[in-house]
Amino acid sequence: MERASASLWRRINERYNLVGNKCENCGRIYFPKRIVCRQCGRKTKMTETKLSGNGKVYAVTKIRVPAQAFKDSAPYTVAVVELEEGPRVEGHVVDAGNGEVKIGTKVHSVFRKMHADGEEGLIYYHFKFEPV
Amino acid sequence: MAGIVGYGAHVPRYRIKVEEIAKVWDEDAKSIKNGLNITEKSVPSHDEDAATIATEAGRRAVHHAGIDPKEIGAIYVGSESHPYAVKPTATVVSQAIGAGNNLTAADLEFACKAGTAGLQMLMGMTDSGMIKYGMSIGSDTSQGRPGDALEYTASAGGAAFIVGKEKKEVIAEILATASYTSDTPDFWRREGAMYPSHGGRFTGEPAYFKHIISATKLLFEKTGLKPEDFAFAVFHQPNGKFPLVVSKKLGFAEHQVQDGLLTPKIGNTYSGASMLGLAAVLDKAKPGDKILVTSFGSGAGSDSFAIEAKEPIIEKRERLAKVEDIINKNKIYVDYSVYLKNRNSIVKN
Ligand SMILES: [Zn+2]
Repeated sequence: MERASASLWRRINERYNLVGNKCENCGRIYFPKRIVCRQCGRKTKMTETKLSGNGKVYAVTKIRVPAQAFKDSAPYTVAVVELEEGPRVEGHVVDAGNGEVKIGTKVHSVFRKMHADGEEGLIYYHFKFEPV
Repeated sequence: MAGIVGYGAHVPRYRIKVEEIAKVWDEDAKSIKNGLNITEKSVPSHDEDAATIATEAGRRAVHHAGIDPKEIGAIYVGSESHPYAVKPTATVVSQAIGAGNNLTAADLEFACKAGTAGLQMLMGMTDSGMIKYGMSIGSDTSQGRPGDALEYTASAGGAAFIVGKEKKEVIAEILATASYTSDTPDFWRREGAMYPSHGGRFTGEPAYFKHIISATKLLFEKTGLKPEDFAFAVFHQPNGKFPLVVSKKLGFAEHQVQDGLLTPKIGNTYSGASMLGLAAVLDKAKPGDKILVTSFGSGAGSDSFAIEAKEPIIEKRERLAKVEDIINKNKIYVDYSVYLKNRNSIVKN
């Protein structure tokens, strides 16, 4: 668990704040961050950029048989969201109520608990999406 | 002089009606609704806690203030439902609002008034020049023991306030504050206990009423202000009735209290309660309007504030998420069993 924690904690700004990066050479935005731009190769010039969290659902599925870590959340909806800045991001979609989450549904990011290591372990927070 | 430069609110989307709870315990919904002046309460989603609610409110406050969150020098989170016993909610929030690392932070606890205690700390810190901006948040996902009268009111929500002193940024100046504090055993929760206990006859007169009235009267003495000088008055609101009664005792008319009284629609958000009420009246205040806010925390104490809306409140309102909209938009009603599921109260093993 300690090793997982360390790598997770290095990427805290991605998990909490949707911070990706932008290649200043071509303007392309990446999430998660990339070291080398797919387009520019050695001309890559990356800077950090915070994504707005606004986007629309690109693909969606409902998970009824969850991984152990998410057993308290099941059933839950997972979607690939196309952010307005371009990148496609996978995330849970919450608080849809009776409204169906489908391709094209407009969403924005919210800050939620992802899972906890049992009763005594750490609580992991993460961005999720909710329908606008 | 220290004032509010931005604020934000968050209330979970889920609601449960008084009727739905009363049905489970075979109680008369109508008399409960009348007795407590409440129709429904907010319920957190299973993945919301005091830290996520504080974060949503804090992010909205940063957006409303229009400041760089890295300039925030202090963050205090007041709650009685901090997710950890040891590990601050305030560090999660500061990371999640993008405040950077060069700041002081702490969790505060004083039942329902820890967030206003944080506001007082920030007043001193900004006025002295120790920090440029500070944020104080009141946020709770409170728990009522199933079947207890508190179950009808204990709800979830929070509000965040950013304090600064630049005249052109201050939307509402804090003119004065006064507090009244005493060792009163009206309500408590021991470490490790899931639900709070309350001290029967200690809860009304010697606790809520005595402390709110004493702090508010101290504020009147200190400022020379009278009830009729205020456009709005906000009091801690454990139910929909107490604030109406206490405001009357202090000489306020009902129209002064109505805009800041949210409990009838969302329940008692504990540390969020008086701060959400303040946010709701700031949504409507005009420059020059004076606002009285008096919080109450069991144990017990009250912080009273005289606040005056200033010119920048108009311009900044454009980027504001209004409390009324946050409360009324996209509500999702749940029945008692989904309510239990949201609270992770269903045993699965
Ligand atoms: Zn590039």
